[in-house]
Amino acid sequence: MFKRKKNDDDLEFVALDGYESESVKKKEKNRTFETVLVTYFFVFLMLLVMGNLVLFVTKDSESVINNSYNTRQEILANKNIRGKILSRDGDILAQTGRNEEGKEIRYYPYGEIFSHVVGYPVKGKSGIELSENINLLTSHDSVLVKIQNEVGSLKNYGDNVHTTLDVDLQKVAYEALGAYRGAIVVTDPNTGEILAMASKPGFDPNSIGEMWDSLVADKESGVLVNRATQGLYPPGSTFKMITSLEYYREHDGNVSDYHFNCGGSFTYQGDRINCYHKSSHGSVDFKRSFEKSCNSSFANIGVSEDADKLADTCKDLLFNKDLPYDGLYKKSSFVLTSGDSSYDVMQTSIGQGKTQITPLHLNMITCAIANKGTLQKPYLVSKIANYSGVTVKNCAPNKTIRLMSEDESAFLTDIMTGVVEKGTASKLSGQSYTAAGKTGSAEYNGDKSDSHAWFTGFAPATDPQVCVTVIVEGAGSGGDYAVPIAKRVFDAYFK
Amino acid sequence: MALVISDLSKYIIAVIGIIYTCECFAVFRYGNEDDRGGIYMRQIIWMFLVHFIGFAAICLETGDVSYIFFYGFQQIMMFATITLYHVLYPEANRLIINNMCFLLSVGFIILTRLNYDKAVRQFKIVAISLLVGLFVPFFVKKLRFLKHLTWIYGIVGIVALAVVYIFSTVTYGSKISYSVFGYTFQPSEFVKIVFVFFVAGMLTISKDFFQIVMTSVAAAIHVIILVLSRDLGSALIFFVTYVVMVFIATHNYLYLFLGNAAGAVAAMVAYKLFSHVRVRVLAWRDPFSYIDSSGYQISQSLFAIGTGGWFGMGLCQGDPKAIPFVEEDFVFSAIAEEMGVIFALCLILICVSCFMMFMNISMRIKEEFYRYIAVGLSILYIFQIFLTIGGGTRFIPLTGVTLPLVSYGGSSVLTTIIMFSIIQGLFGIQSIEGKKRVQKKEE
Repeated sequence: MFKRKKNDDDLEFVALDGYESESVKKKEKNRTFETVLVTYFFVFLMLLVMGNLVLFVTKDSESVINNSYNTRQEILANKNIRGKILSRDGDILAQTGRNEEGKEIRYYPYGEIFSHVVGYPVKGKSGIELSENINLLTSHDSVLVKIQNEVGSLKNYGDNVHTTLDVDLQKVAYEALGAYRGAIVVTDPNTGEILAMASKPGFDPNSIGEMWDSLVADKESGVLVNRATQGLYPPGSTFKMITSLEYYREHDGNVSDYHFNCGGSFTYQGDRINCYHKSSHGSVDFKRSFEKSCNSSFANIGVSEDADKLADTCKDLLFNKDLPYDGLYKKSSFVLTSGDSSYDVMQTSIGQGKTQITPLHLNMITCAIANKGTLQKPYLVSKIANYSGVTVKNCAPNKTIRLMSEDESAFLTDIMTGVVEKGTASKLSGQSYTAAGKTGSAEYNGDKSDSHAWFTGFAPATDPQVCVTVIVEGAGSGGDYAVPIAKRVFDAYFK
Repeated sequence: MALVISDLSKYIIAVIGIIYTCECFAVFRYGNEDDRGGIYMRQIIWMFLVHFIGFAAICLETGDVSYIFFYGFQQIMMFATITLYHVLYPEANRLIINNMCFLLSVGFIILTRLNYDKAVRQFKIVAISLLVGLFVPFFVKKLRFLKHLTWIYGIVGIVALAVVYIFSTVTYGSKISYSVFGYTFQPSEFVKIVFVFFVAGMLTISKDFFQIVMTSVAAAIHVIILVLSRDLGSALIFFVTYVVMVFIATHNYLYLFLGNAAGAVAAMVAYKLFSHVRVRVLAWRDPFSYIDSSGYQISQSLFAIGTGGWFGMGLCQGDPKAIPFVEEDFVFSAIAEEMGVIFALCLILICVSCFMMFMNISMRIKEEFYRYIAVGLSILYIFQIFLTIGGGTRFIPLTGVTLPLVSYGGSSVLTTIIMFSIIQGLFGIQSIEGKKRVQKKEE
């Protein structure tokens, strides 16, 4: 028999005695409920820790470990021979061999042509040599081969990096810049593949070790900077694409009512904006203003626009934001607000002012126009394969970002086609392909008339296959200096 | 050739780790300890295999066979512990013994690889601790007056912490240890147990509001001294353990809420007041921006885990020594780097299975005082694991506490072994109670 005590603790004693009633059982459950709750809570907490760890290993770890502070890279380098970097057609862009003394050396068959985009694996590393460092140093060779190497005390072959780069286009792009400093980005707007990325002045990565000190000492020319991704320039008249997009948005797609009479300059509240070389464009509608790149007309358009909405449009186009790009790059900046003076507004709407953009970013915007308003994330590495060619991992990001609506991209394509046919980029007209684009002449020296020559565009206009962005530093007008360079790239692509 | 074998060893270790872990949870399918015998036997075999393969890989990789002797001593010690426990306390919970030995042997593997001298020191301390631990269950069962020393526990705890705060040497910004005869003690480790006894005693006396306030004040003094000593990890562990114990004892959700609210406020104040708290939060949010300074440790820890990947680099093939204080605070990252993330995940689950068994035991204990002790020790254990592994994997900011039984640190390992032994004692009390009941029932 049992005596029921008042003490809560003796309930279990009662319960296990075999005389338990339903209510006693219930109380027993009540007593342990909080304990069970606490147990589950801490188990759940530990599952979160585990989930976070799994997430880190599957997702983030790859970019994290590719860091120069990670000393484990040297351990891998002692075990494996650095893999090759290959073009889209399998041409070798970088490979490791041995010199006469049997020492490992990195060899770049194309010398300075691929200097920035492929980069170098020493002195802090750059380019693909930096971003793919871990992959190049990791070996996914078959276990059998590895065992053979082990027995023979040989190193394993690191994995090869297959890029999207096209040797012919890269050569043409690099050579087309001639003696000028500048950059060219060539992409496929449908896939985001970067076909060529040139930056001048270049350097010969084969002798980076010997040249390093003089390259670093030369602050003025910035040889080591990849101007395509890290060069920030005023967009010049190429920004009129964005001013136009904003006008189109504010007028619900109706731009046919717009008219302006250009006398070579535009004065608003005492401030004056001149057309390029003060040339007068006469009576122009919206399309004509764009084709002729009429500064006066666009200053007039600019002061009619809502600066805050323009800032929103720029935000849509990835200004002041991280770009969808895996390598090193600089963020573009757009700082105009509704509080700024009308002079700043006019300057900004024609691409002068404080706005800054990289060639890569301008290429992204152009790609979105070419691809019905959506940007395919640009990428350089298509896949990683082991030494024998078996794919280890596909790297095509297949990431789509919408920058504008399809209607808006059609509108911009239309006026950009006009630029090539009847406007500032007419040096591109009359080809086997129909291009669309926008020129720019970005003044960078304040009052002086020195300007960077810009062109960004794509072809064919009706079914875009390739997108080309060119900047030529200090050359002059975009129509005279950037367009012929773009033409050589288009010609090479469509030959 | 050695490399091939040690390369293979990491896969074998991962597989055995998974099997062992599954057995840990298979145990919970049986309510009765007698039905679990087969599982426990298999676990011992798997444990010894991991231990053997680990040391074999180290010997092959370093080419130094002398490690074999060290391994031999450890093996004898493990075997003796398991056997002696079985003989002296046939009713002891064998999952807890197995897991304790498993975690110790993983600790020996990784410590030997990281720092042989420290591993040998650790071995000596573990040997003494295990010996001490063997008597603990006996005392827990016999010395029933322990439950009447409540205020003595409180005073001892506070005095011990205060003495350290006032007289201790400052090591790496924290005043947490002092040296006697060349051995460095970290009293906050031992005070953990005393603290749990204190809180359990207070809650057994009464659960009315006044009693809770008094207990809270005493607990707060513990925590504040720890915060002043800059031992934030221990402060957090004490705090969380206290809140959970009060909640479980009182069944009162209001106390849980108040505890959490007080914790949140205290965290905010600490963040505003102490620069070292802010530094750690910053380093947690963006370690790579502070990689030269405060983010260095966590960055290196992430490099280690990430480079190791699922199966690890293999023992002696990574670079875990690049992580500062790897033997103490980042042993988990070193294990993940060289033995693989899969094995590291198994390790977490093994710790979780210990915790579940502890809580399971606590639920069956009839006497309040002992039940609260079991709960308190369980929370101490699991929350410390949460802090160290969560910190090393950048789930939460770093607090710099050890991974119980695995990390290097005499105070930590001795305390944990005593904790495990106390729970064995409580398990013994519970099963004696159970048997009495059964006998009574049969009458």
